[in-house]
Amino acid sequence: MKIIIVGCGKVGATLAEQLNNEHHDIMLIDKSADVINSITERIDVMGVVGNGAVYKVQMEAGIQETDLLIATTNSDELNMLCCLIAKKAGDCHTIARIRNPEYHSEINYIREELGLSLAINPEMAAAMEIARLLRFPSAIKIDTFAKGRIEILKFLVPDHSILHNMKVREVLSRLHCNVLICAIEHGSEVIIPSGDSVMVAGDKISFIASPAEANEFFKQAGIDNNTIRTAMFVGGGKITYYVAKLLESTKINVKILEQNMERCNELSELLPRAMVIHGDASNQELLLQEGIGQIDAFASLTGFDEENIMLSLYAASQSKAKLITKVNRIAFENIIDSMNLGSVIYPKLITSETILQYVRAMQNSMGSNVETLYKIVADRAEALEFRVANEPSIVGIPLEKLELKNNLLVAFINRKGQFISPRGKDTLEEGDRVIVVTTVTGLNDLKDILR
Amino acid sequence: MNKKVIIYLMGWILNIEAVFMLLPCITALIYKEPSGYWFLAVMAVCGGIGIIFTRKKPENMVFFAKEGFVSVALSWIVLSFFGAMPFYLSGEIPRFEDAMFEVISGFTTTGSSILTDVESLSQCMIMWRSFTHWIGGMGVLVFILSLLPLAGGYNMYIMKAESPGPSVGKLVPRVRSTAKILYTIYLFMTVLQIILLLIGGMPLFDSLAISFGTAGTGGFGIKNSSMAFYDSYYLQGVVTVFMILFGINFNVYHLLLTRHPKEAFRCEEARAYLGIIAASVLFITFNIRGSFGSLFSAFHHAAFQVASIITTTGYSTVDFNLWPEFSKGILVALMFIGACAGSTGGGFKVSRVVILLKAVKKELGSLIHPRSVKVLKLDGKPIEHSVLRSINTFLGAYIVIFTFSVLIVSLDNFDFATNFTAVAATFNNIGPGLAGAGPLENFSKFSALSKYVMMFDMLAGRLEVFPLLLIFAPSTWKNS
Repeated sequence: MKIIIVGCGKVGATLAEQLNNEHHDIMLIDKSADVINSITERIDVMGVVGNGAVYKVQMEAGIQETDLLIATTNSDELNMLCCLIAKKAGDCHTIARIRNPEYHSEINYIREELGLSLAINPEMAAAMEIARLLRFPSAIKIDTFAKGRIEILKFLVPDHSILHNMKVREVLSRLHCNVLICAIEHGSEVIIPSGDSVMVAGDKISFIASPAEANEFFKQAGIDNNTIRTAMFVGGGKITYYVAKLLESTKINVKILEQNMERCNELSELLPRAMVIHGDASNQELLLQEGIGQIDAFASLTGFDEENIMLSLYAASQSKAKLITKVNRIAFENIIDSMNLGSVIYPKLITSETILQYVRAMQNSMGSNVETLYKIVADRAEALEFRVANEPSIVGIPLEKLELKNNLLVAFINRKGQFISPRGKDTLEEGDRVIVVTTVTGLNDLKDILR
Repeated sequence: MNKKVIIYLMGWILNIEAVFMLLPCITALIYKEPSGYWFLAVMAVCGGIGIIFTRKKPENMVFFAKEGFVSVALSWIVLSFFGAMPFYLSGEIPRFEDAMFEVISGFTTTGSSILTDVESLSQCMIMWRSFTHWIGGMGVLVFILSLLPLAGGYNMYIMKAESPGPSVGKLVPRVRSTAKILYTIYLFMTVLQIILLLIGGMPLFDSLAISFGTAGTGGFGIKNSSMAFYDSYYLQGVVTVFMILFGINFNVYHLLLTRHPKEAFRCEEARAYLGIIAASVLFITFNIRGSFGSLFSAFHHAAFQVASIITTTGYSTVDFNLWPEFSKGILVALMFIGACAGSTGGGFKVSRVVILLKAVKKELGSLIHPRSVKVLKLDGKPIEHSVLRSINTFLGAYIVIFTFSVLIVSLDNFDFATNFTAVAATFNNIGPGLAGAGPLENFSKFSALSKYVMMFDMLAGRLEVFPLLLIFAPSTWKNS
């Protein structure tokens, strides 16, 4: 597909890289020639320097042959204008990043009137992920398939756990849980496990199950999954606001620490149920005074990555709370992963992932049939949901007879709302939706699972 | 430096060269020439080494500007070395430096020859010699890029190092698709020329060899008298037109193909290029009208020679060494201007000249109005400071290399016009110079040292100086 990306900030550049890896033709538009130069040197894409909302610039970027325009500049208004003009000039799909909460409250109206295919709010997306994690604190990461009826959860195997040194095939017999272990992260290695793979304390395990089964699994495995009653948020930014708003209807008590008095007033006005505290979170005394030792969850969501990391490490030393750390720039992902920071939230990755899912779905109507896509480990392992078409090389053949690629697992079959954990004798039928977990990235079609 | 990737790339270069050698093998088969066995032997060696080097793809494919420059420069040296082997081993060009000179002259699309009698070579050797022009015209690594998905995003570094011009633009977002488009245009135009020459009654062998020479803007003659042998206005006219066409920035053709004629005609470089040609032809026609029978004949030969020199091809229909000094002066000036960036031609490139002239004008303006601010533009777009800076540096390096080359070649004690134009002709990848290096002369008279200097000049000229300088810089090879 031909895709134009307007604005090459953090999200724009990540998107360009990932979409390029999936063999789309990418055109970039940015005001700064330096930004364009540095990206085109690194990635195989082309750039136009100029204001993306100008008709002439869009024409130069070839808007008329373009299938999709993604506007991710730092101005909501500019993004909307870009999309509006692109819609008129090129009659293409458009995706805009709109992050102002004022616009967000009427996002459906805006989307309708501007003809946007998707309006993405990075803070909202991050907030939703955080809210989901707070509801399921043992998991580091949760993604949903099949409209939330199936989840893919990632958790850390604790020391002295029953899972330590357990083979994957023993899970069913010893824990009596029907969950499917689909990826093991051992150090920097990602393994798609077979029955003989062994789990060790310190590994990060991803598994697929329905929410009820997941709960049962955690219980059997001796991992406490206590519900959260109090959560502390440091930094009163947009994400914090959205999370607090989402949690308003739950029983979780929210405590927000914010340095800026004015923002405190605003938050307290917008969030009547939350407790807003004015103070500097890098002050240990304040944290202790506000009961950091007793809280169930602690999320550091300030604008500074370093501060977030330090705060989370401090919280880990003081309490057993569920930790959530926001990281904006991912320069040292390996290092970050090796620290005990709980769930790490990368807003720009969440945004680009959401857009990527949309692009894949779009391609779906143009031939490929990927329904949804989740990155289990950034760029290294992904879970894909396919719709099975009438493909004679796959349909009706028992899985054990299919010559599947290495490091690939057919993890789940959804047959008309009935969920099947596939075994060797099971077959795929037309109309099924299957979840495939793999370290082979860039699959576009179910046929690609074959060798 | 990631040496494994470079070795892997060299392996591919050898594989491709082995494939390219099929053409002279077929030629030898048709003409039943025993010297074809040397091609088979060299092919086997190239392919063998190539397969060993490319057997395993290196795990670490990290590739940066340094690797790009080094692999481009090395690949041209490797290519030339193996390309020279058939000439040397078969004994048709008995001296090693002569064989190397001939092949480097071929790959760099120069067209200077050390052969005193071209026609004494076997047909397969002549075909290989002309074919090297075609291979070298568009660049070999770019060709490999269009075939293999190599180093992901980093292949821009290779494209930058191998394509001529101050700033390399892609036609479409992907380097691979860009390379494919360029090669398609290249191939199509070559085939078109072959057909037109065949219609004019030229034998198939000759039209293939001549078209390869024109497409790469190389200029190896396959007759001792170069293009004067084909005494036909039509055949020479076709070659004139195609030389000019191959000297135009290929972006223009892509714009025409994608139905953007307005942008195509607005391309400042192409307009300047055609303007320079028109003016030069006009002046030379006027200057030489006395020595030809008709004004048309004078125009015809002026046009051929101008097209041949400015596109750095180097065919000739007359001995322009005998022309008046004014005409010769124009031709020498054209040698330095060269063709458009993004074409197969060599030289300093019209776009660089245009930008430099604009910069001079701006400097003059700022002397009169010291506080004036003016942004330089090309094709309506501002020229980035880094581009201007790179052109200035290029000019500096160009002058330094040129001066030293002339000094060394002067040791052979020929007259100044010979030394100067011989270096100009090799450094700008043209072929013939003036006086002792003129169109009817050859380069065999120079000493071995001069030949090595000129080989360096040809490679430096084709790769735009820096890649070649870089592999001689010790810090390139240090692991730091």
